Amino acid sequence: MNWLTQLFAAGRTPGHRVLPFVTVLFLVTTLASMANLMLPESSPLHVSTYTITLLGKYLSYAMLALAVDVIWGYCGILSLGHGAFFALGGYGMGMYLMRQIGDRGVYGNPDLPDFMVFLNWDSLPWYWMGMDQFWFAMLMALAVPGLLAFVFGWLAFRSRVTGVYLSIMTQALTYALMLAFFRNEMGFGGNNGLTDFKDILGFDLQSDTTRVALFATTALMLGVVYILSHLILKSRMGKLIVAIRDGEARARFLGYRTDLYKVWLFVFSALIAAMAGALYVPQVGIINPGEFSPLNSIEVVVWVAVGGRGTLYGAVIGALLVNYAKTRFTAIMPEGWLFALGALFVLVTLYLPKGLVGLSGQLAASRERKAGKAAQQEAHS
Amino acid sequence: MKRLLAICCYCLGLMLSLSATAAEKPLPSELEPLLQELTESSLSKAIPVLDALEAEGGEALQPLFSYMLEGDLYYIKSSRQVIAVSEEAGQETFIDMLSGSEIEPLSSRDIKKIRVNNRLRGHLRDAIARLQLGSESAAVRESAVRSLLSDLDENTLASIREARLNESAGNVKDVMDMALALYRLESAAEASDRIEAIAQLEGSLEGDVRNALNRIADNDPSPQVQQAAQKALVGIEQKVEFYAFIDQLFFGLSLGSVLLLAAIGLAITFGVMGVINMAHGEMIMLGAYTTYVVQLLMPNHIEYSLWVAIPAAFVVSGMAGVLLERLVIRHLHGRPLETLLATFGVSLVLQQLVRTVFSPLNRQVASPEWMSGAWEINPVLSLTLNRLYILAFALLVFFALMLLLKKSSLGLNVRAVSQNRDMAKSMGIPTGRVDALTFGLGSGIAGIAGVALSQLTNVGPNLGQSYIIDSFMVVVFGGVGNLWGTLVAAFSLGIANKFLEPVTGAVLASILVLVFIILFIQKRPKGLFPQKGRAAE
Repeated sequence: MNWLTQLFAAGRTPGHRVLPFVTVLFLVTTLASMANLMLPESSPLHVSTYTITLLGKYLSYAMLALAVDVIWGYCGILSLGHGAFFALGGYGMGMYLMRQIGDRGVYGNPDLPDFMVFLNWDSLPWYWMGMDQFWFAMLMALAVPGLLAFVFGWLAFRSRVTGVYLSIMTQALTYALMLAFFRNEMGFGGNNGLTDFKDILGFDLQSDTTRVALFATTALMLGVVYILSHLILKSRMGKLIVAIRDGEARARFLGYRTDLYKVWLFVFSALIAAMAGALYVPQVGIINPGEFSPLNSIEVVVWVAVGGRGTLYGAVIGALLVNYAKTRFTAIMPEGWLFALGALFVLVTLYLPKGLVGLSGQLAASRERKAGKAAQQEAHS
Repeated sequence: MKRLLAICCYCLGLMLSLSATAAEKPLPSELEPLLQELTESSLSKAIPVLDALEAEGGEALQPLFSYMLEGDLYYIKSSRQVIAVSEEAGQETFIDMLSGSEIEPLSSRDIKKIRVNNRLRGHLRDAIARLQLGSESAAVRESAVRSLLSDLDENTLASIREARLNESAGNVKDVMDMALALYRLESAAEASDRIEAIAQLEGSLEGDVRNALNRIADNDPSPQVQQAAQKALVGIEQKVEFYAFIDQLFFGLSLGSVLLLAAIGLAITFGVMGVINMAHGEMIMLGAYTTYVVQLLMPNHIEYSLWVAIPAAFVVSGMAGVLLERLVIRHLHGRPLETLLATFGVSLVLQQLVRTVFSPLNRQVASPEWMSGAWEINPVLSLTLNRLYILAFALLVFFALMLLLKKSSLGLNVRAVSQNRDMAKSMGIPTGRVDALTFGLGSGIAGIAGVALSQLTNVGPNLGQSYIIDSFMVVVFGGVGNLWGTLVAAFSLGIANKFLEPVTGAVLASILVLVFIILFIQKRPKGLFPQKGRAAE
């Protein structure tokens, strides 16, 4: 029970605020779900299914932001390619959902998805085998991105590729994957990706209850991942990871295999991203190569930067806020969004190095400085 | 190739017909009955009439044939008089072919078109080419012979033989000899004659020659001739392969020159300041749009627009670079990852700005006359001039930059700061100003790259983005802070890409190159030519 007391004690120290975070997440999820399912549509408190799906989407983005925060905020690895793991997880889920369509597609082929019939393929490629089993598809949705992260991390961290080099390499990684997935020959639906899903585990994807269930699952998984990340980062290993961030050479000279710690953290983060992707796809109903685009990955970084990195909950807050702003902005003035996003990048890095959650601390510090100056001047006069 | 020649010939005919609009030379009056006959004969009967006309009238008939080829030849219904109707800027002029003088406009009801079909058009083209054998310009004569190569007959041969006697230009003579040999190959009854013709044709890269040899190699009754043709073909194929290799190499070098132009500015800013400027691609885009604007401002002087656009793009992008450095990057000194994010934000803003100002659609930038066209070395190898110029231009920019860095005081300061910032500062070098100037210089060169790119691709808001990752790869591959490395990396990546493309397809080729660089960085994290000694780290 020692870890449990530690867990709740951590809530009170300035750190990850596990207890408040989990409580708020639980309350919002329960209330929103109940308001959708139990209240009549005429009630002013009714939450529409559209909103539920939107919230579910935001939460899966928040999970992706959490993944980036774990490696960037705590280990100083700026990945500009986390969208790749997210999209790979999404493709895993998408393949499962595609197989579930069965003969309800346009061409009515019970085995082949529509796009393969369209391309005149006569049998499933080997990598689509077994994807009609949910457990296998989910295993693959996590294993493939995890393996990719392991191979990439192993190669990169062992040869001590750091800083901007690593960032550009990750960006090149997702860019290469995007180009590859755009090809029809890859067997992932090319340009159009995978879409037109019908049901998941036998439940209709369009029904309200399924939507709410997906939303609740996303919230649950976010909570689990949050607590898991917290436990890892508070552990001895977590301390070492922060040490690597602040002085990798020193940690190495103290005898730690810093590359191994980085590889495992990178894999852990990729797994979170993949899970987020797998939860994202059934809620938005499509996955296409656009998810691999470098712009998407770098947007995630700005969510984390806006919220405040190195706090876990900051990343979640940032993801929710920026995405809400994006939804509102693109509805009112679509051209304005890129201006706003670009300005956000510049302003946050220039003026909010600790993000929104660090704002109060920053203000307090500047007040203190002013007070200190005033005191000094008084002492002089 | 044949098509191209036909088009050349066609254009030539067009030019001739345009230059002849005002008035034509009168035709000899004895042609009148033949012209009458032309108006009466059906499509299938027209060829003998045309042959008769050609035999009687000779060179004077070229305009008539050209008009007929265009479908601009009519006759007046009442008088059976043959006239040409040419249209220029909506103004129709009517010319009486026999007298060559302009006549009163007629209504379309009074005249009838002399119809042509594809067979007639082919015949007319040959006839025009035969007539052009007597032209004064050697180039016209050569292209005339070439266009006749595809269907040689006794009639044509006679004209070529005749022209061969008076021919003075060596290269035209060669082509004529080839035509004669080709005809001999196809029509000579004696096997020894055909073998001799093959020997004469050996090594020729002309498409028609290869076709003919292929036919002979498969179908000739004599096995010796077949063998000789096969041997000749093997030799020709080897030559063709060699030139295809050169062609690929040229395309690789061309891609390399574009990469060099795009990466070279990045190499400077990254090398000196250690920051990655994600807005570098947008500096290229700004340069390309500057070219577009310059052409809008001087629509009548497209020929000179590039000479204005190059300095203008340098100034526009350079100023943008200096502003970016002063307003944003300076404040993020020593935080490379944050710089990367902030400059990425700037790139988003610039892209959207261009989208709002110029529309999200691609803009077409005109190429000046002197840049379009190709340098035809032989029938299978022609190098497009714009790529050739850009290759030369990239090297010019590269060496000018080298000179600037090695010989000027700014270059000295830049090198000092890039090697050891703190030491340079304590020696009194104004590092802040050097940073700003370096950034301006790097961005300005990106702007120049944009001018060059505007001549190769469409200019759109995403122009820069598509080059940014590639240019980083070049810089990283070549080794940071080493311009020679950038040069070698740009050309080797460009060539590798173009040689992979036919094997794997364009997309897979760029993926393979990316994967290769990712693996390469594992082995040599500091690039091909790492900085040595104290300068490193």
